[in-house]
Amino acid sequence: MVESQNTQNQNSVCFRTMHLDEAVRHTLESYRGIGGYAQWERILRERPDPNDLIEEMKISNLRGRGGAGFPTGLKWSFMPRNAPGQKYIVCNSDEGEPGTCKDRDILRYNPHQLIEGMAIAGYCIGATAGYNYIRGEFYEPIARFEGALEEAYAAGLIGKDIQGSGIDFDCYSHMGAGAYICGEETALLESIEGKKGQPRFKPPFPAQYGLFGKPTTINNTESLASVPVILEKGGKWFLEQGRPNNGGLKLFSVSGHVNNPNNFEVPMGTPFRALLEMSGGVKDGKALKAVIPGGSSVPVVPGDLMMDVDMDYDSIAKAGSMLGSGAVIVIAEGTCMVKVLYNLSHFYMHESCGQCTPCREGTGWLARVLHRILDGEGRLEDLGLLDSVAGRIGGRTICALGDAAAMPVQSFLKHYRHEFAYMIEHGRSMMAA
Amino acid sequence: MSFRNLPLAIDHERDKSTLFTPEIRAAIDKHIAKYPSEWRQSAVMPALTLVQDANGGWLTQALMDDIAVYLDMPPMSVYEVATFYGMYDLEPQGRHKVCVCNSISCMLQGSEELIEHVEHKYGVKPGETTADGRFTLKEVECLGACRDAPAVLLDKTYHEKLSPDALDKLIDDLE
Ligand SMILES: Cc1cc2nc3c(=O)[nH]c(=O)nc-3n(C[C@H](O)[C@H](O)[C@H](O)COP(=O)(O)O)c2cc1C
Ligand code: SF4
Ligand code: FES
Repeated sequence: MVESQNTQNQNSVCFRTMHLDEAVRHTLESYRGIGGYAQWERILRERPDPNDLIEEMKISNLRGRGGAGFPTGLKWSFMPRNAPGQKYIVCNSDEGEPGTCKDRDILRYNPHQLIEGMAIAGYCIGATAGYNYIRGEFYEPIARFEGALEEAYAAGLIGKDIQGSGIDFDCYSHMGAGAYICGEETALLESIEGKKGQPRFKPPFPAQYGLFGKPTTINNTESLASVPVILEKGGKWFLEQGRPNNGGLKLFSVSGHVNNPNNFEVPMGTPFRALLEMSGGVKDGKALKAVIPGGSSVPVVPGDLMMDVDMDYDSIAKAGSMLGSGAVIVIAEGTCMVKVLYNLSHFYMHESCGQCTPCREGTGWLARVLHRILDGEGRLEDLGLLDSVAGRIGGRTICALGDAAAMPVQSFLKHYRHEFAYMIEHGRSMMAA
Repeated sequence: MSFRNLPLAIDHERDKSTLFTPEIRAAIDKHIAKYPSEWRQSAVMPALTLVQDANGGWLTQALMDDIAVYLDMPPMSVYEVATFYGMYDLEPQGRHKVCVCNSISCMLQGSEELIEHVEHKYGVKPGETTADGRFTLKEVECLGACRDAPAVLLDKTYHEKLSPDALDKLIDDLE
């Protein structure tokens, strides 16, 4: 549509502090300077009907940025807001999906907007307390977020009876300790309760029985940090930045074989071609071989097909993959796809929590069979074996890690079967030939 | 509803005020205060981290048992947590931890070379400590810094877009 307007609006939601001086852009003063906490203070003053705010979120069509793409407004409406007792909002800053590195930058460069988003979400769902679960390796982002919490408490923006409004909101950080599975929302709740991060069987869903047994909503960092801007500019504005059913701007983490890997906050529906250009094109002037467009869990898309895809949920789905967390992994010509798939499968084997037999055993099988193919010990029947093992994990497990392990295998075999067959036959990579 | 999650709340009948140091107790208490009072066990992860950091980067069974007492947990539940999460070490470590990401984006940008380089130059395999005890090499999964691949977490600091030479310099500066 209006290309120029769209480019102008780059970095206008979660990254709207990005243009400020690097040394101070994360501070309360900087955030105040761009209108930060104005939405929260309006809520404190006017105490609007939470249903109206949720309605605005629904209009915005913000879909969960953690990977599943579930509409945020709808999720909030599931909370039994008026039921007595404690309720919680939990932010998911576990960011462990290979390729994904956007929430880290929100925590580092715009932590106050996340706090404001959590407070507003808390108000909408009737939660007076929130936890932000941040992966343990994020020492610097944790320090930034905790520094921002201290500033917000000191300025009387969160706490008890905030600014005499009668509204309470306490916010805390919780550090992880190195387990991808804790990004799964119910494993994350178990982890906050001081246990191994093993996903819970659902139902009950967190909105009924969540953290400490209380109604809980879990949202991704980017989802929550988008909220203040949506309320400021209106749900309609946000929706119109993108496309119907694919509202807003989205952070894309472009990594792999590009000249300038980076995070880009651009309108939904931005052509992949344009995103690749922003990232400086494929490294060393090579041709594009393939793209994993939504984090390591989603199906791979061949490069020539990807060049015509737009970066939104529906367009990527049409190309046979998923937008997922918005992590765009670029793979150049000459890369051995057997090696890439082994890397992915090894990851899922390592990160399976081990509760479900299909996932625990299946991820091990996939990685071991791929390893033996790489070692030159592959057998002709191994391709069928990979297909059938992957097919028997998907849909048969407690959480989506099982599907996440299976989908890459199926898609790599679909598009690059000849590379696997070549390696089995010749004992070496087709790319080395 | 069938699913129930109640705090474990075991009373060990031991004096908590003699465990660890006053500083560590105060730091753990700050975490305990974040959670409902019956959920002391919610502080187990930060407690393990604090105690591990104060013990040269690893946890002994005796230390885990003390954490169990301090947080009213069965010792087994503390072991479960300590063995589940990758950032806890149950064996002696080098003075520093060099954690090289080996996940997809870093692999595409050369993390294997980094690992091979360190293996050869310093004579360690992932999981091993150099003979002089200077550092332990670890291969870790995605650090969430993929745009800055290859990424290395050295103790508590991220280092990004590293070449083997740049990593050497970092390692040379370690005590
Ligand atoms: C194995 C696994 C790992 C996940 N990791 C993350 C993560 O690191 N961050 C995240 O926000 N969501 C992650 N999710 C998705 C969450 O379960 C959940 O859907 C999300 O946090 C909800 O927030 P949203 O609706 O705002 O996206 C993961 C899911 C699975 C199955
Ligand atoms: S699918 Fe895998 S990771 Fe998920 S609960 Fe089952 S065993 Fe654990
Ligand atoms: S793949 Fe290495 S930091 Fe994400």
